Amino acid sequence: MSDLTKKVPVKEQDPNVRNKNFDEVCLGYTEEEAVLEASRCLQCKKPFCVEGCPVKINIPAFIGEIQKGNFIKAYEIISQSSSLPAVCGRVCPQETQCESKCVRGIKGDAINIGKLERFCADYAREHGLKQQKVVSNGIKIAVIGSGPSGLTCAGDLARLGYEVTVFEALHKLGGVLVYGIPEFRLPKEKVVQSEIKNLEELGVKFERNVIVGKSVTVDELLNEEGFKAVFIGSGAGLPMFLGIKGESLNGVFSANEYLTRSNLMKAYEHNSKTPIFEGEKVVVVGGGNVAMDAARTAIRFGADVHIVYRRSEAELPARREEVLNAREEGVVFDLLTNPVEILGDENDRVCGVKVCKMALGEPDQSGRRRPVEIDGSDYVIDADTVIISIGTSPNPLISSTTENLSTDGRKRIIADENGRTSREGVFAGGDAVTGAATVILAMGAGKKSAKAIDEYIKSKYN
Amino acid sequence: MYKILNAKRLNENIFLLEVEAKWVAKKCLAGQFVIVRCGEDGERIPLTIADYDREKGSVTVVVQEVGASTKKMGALLTGDYLTDFVGPLGNPSEIIKDFDNYKGKEILFVAGGLGTAPVYPQVKDLSLKGKKCDVIIGSRNKDLLILNEEMKAVAKDVYVCTDDGSFGFNGRVTDLLENLVKSGKKYDLCVAIGPVIMMKFVCMLTKKLEIPTIVSMNPIMVDGTGMCGACRVTVGGEVKFACVDGPEFDGHKVDFDEAMKRQSLYKTQEGRMYLKEKEGSTHHGGCGFCGGENE
Repeated sequence: MSDLTKKVPVKEQDPNVRNKNFDEVCLGYTEEEAVLEASRCLQCKKPFCVEGCPVKINIPAFIGEIQKGNFIKAYEIISQSSSLPAVCGRVCPQETQCESKCVRGIKGDAINIGKLERFCADYAREHGLKQQKVVSNGIKIAVIGSGPSGLTCAGDLARLGYEVTVFEALHKLGGVLVYGIPEFRLPKEKVVQSEIKNLEELGVKFERNVIVGKSVTVDELLNEEGFKAVFIGSGAGLPMFLGIKGESLNGVFSANEYLTRSNLMKAYEHNSKTPIFEGEKVVVVGGGNVAMDAARTAIRFGADVHIVYRRSEAELPARREEVLNAREEGVVFDLLTNPVEILGDENDRVCGVKVCKMALGEPDQSGRRRPVEIDGSDYVIDADTVIISIGTSPNPLISSTTENLSTDGRKRIIADENGRTSREGVFAGGDAVTGAATVILAMGAGKKSAKAIDEYIKSKYN
Repeated sequence: MYKILNAKRLNENIFLLEVEAKWVAKKCLAGQFVIVRCGEDGERIPLTIADYDREKGSVTVVVQEVGASTKKMGALLTGDYLTDFVGPLGNPSEIIKDFDNYKGKEILFVAGGLGTAPVYPQVKDLSLKGKKCDVIIGSRNKDLLILNEEMKAVAKDVYVCTDDGSFGFNGRVTDLLENLVKSGKKYDLCVAIGPVIMMKFVCMLTKKLEIPTIVSMNPIMVDGTGMCGACRVTVGGEVKFACVDGPEFDGHKVDFDEAMKRQSLYKTQEGRMYLKEKEGSTHHGGCGFCGGENE
């Protein structure tokens, strides 16, 4: 009998192999491993794990079905709450959500809920489970953005019988799942495109290359194109820069640009026509998931990579697994370090980053201890590439072209907990409302908005 | 997929595509751009709108062959399809948007090489509003000159200059501009669109002549919606994104030297050789200014 306090380990590609390829790092559970891990679940009468889940998946129920070997049944239980289980099983920060509440975690390892979710979704896909199309009610709803919040909202509305059209600005569907998160963490064809295919089977229509706010406005969608409600899930698109000297030098990129080139435009493939700047010495500024993605991408291009982060290990906002994986793959962490200036050579190409050491002072508004510069601690890190990954802010294209749509001081659309905005019939959720956050929070918002849109339509037109 | 209603070669390496694109045609204005992709593995290429027809639902772009993706596009024929065509992106030209403010002003357009294409819809639109403007077109030689006849039909006077004197005035756009002013022409505003180096020298001259000048920047871009930040341009000491803040800016405030350096980032050795061979310079040449000897 195995030790029930320890989780069943998940197979991963060896760090020294995977840091040279873009294949998925985590290989997932086999059927036997999944049943074994599921058997550790205590099936709590009062399941705290569910409280930790932003979309309230009935976790004990699906794990109970895995215990019995009913993998499809388990998938169906997850599907009642989550539109994108194969994605969430891979990118959710389970350690701070469901798994953090698991009773098993008090004395030993929490149940590996994320990997079990992923197992069910992969199993269902590999066994060709089809979506059942619902009879249409003929009511048209527009969803703006095909990222996690938009896809979730579209899926839930389609299951309720609405005729949903999703408008996407880029040439590929998936939003941040496609342009932001790298292949080695979330396979695009296998996982993302198949989740989108599921939605198409449900009857969701997709219009690519339409930029709402430019090609068509929200008001036109409502007044001229026949949509009865609009959900805005346009994400947090605009990259922030540091505002220090040297940021316009050649070799300085936003993480968005670097990752979009690699992921969306497939610069990591040898036959890609999109160039990427394959630096030899890369400095990534920031400590979130996006910073980890950029650093791990650069290491796969063969670079020496440093992550420069102004706070300490404990404050790194990235998922623990990403930090761990990045370290294993050879990324060097320069913690409590902050860039002061980016240095350039005579051709205006990056040749180094001047940084200074930081110490943690009093807690700031976010509750995290504020980093303060240590005088005279400046030194230079050799670099030919600098990737800035310190966050994003919402794109004003929609808010600035939609009449009477209220935003806050940081250009975030103001919406209540059910996604209702200042405009009747206009709902919003995800990063466009919260600022840069996680895939699962965006999905939670898409879900609540779908419910609110359904209630709105019923109260208005019945 | 977006159908090509008309594919026409304008010279050896510049061609025109009129494309069916209902969302763009409905909304676009002069000064805005689109992003085009040809083939499933094609690059996203930003192109300034050269004309549009709202009734037909079509938008025209003029493209110069500079790399693999644009060469592939150059081989397309009428009836073929582009994979992606998205827009309109960026802000419309201020003169068109706030026409009332510019109605009484004397406006001079300076177009260099491929830059003639984005100048055309502005001049045409002003002409439809009852305002005719002067246009300077610069080209390396007679064979590379584009849209001269079309421009004449909508402009007040069109002045052409070529580097080698094979057509029109023998010299650069700045020489021609200076001559016009010396001969007594008065301009309240200049709009210069062309290679960065041409816009730089036009702006140096117009600053001296005290003529406010608008330029249209076309830096490296990926998404064109503000997401990647690749198109950063320093204007008056502030970092702007050409795609959402521009593409038009106050030419007297743009840091052109930085813009030129940023534009050369992805130019490979191979690309440079090709351009040198084809154009004699590393930028989108064909203007009356950058005869190749400048780079």
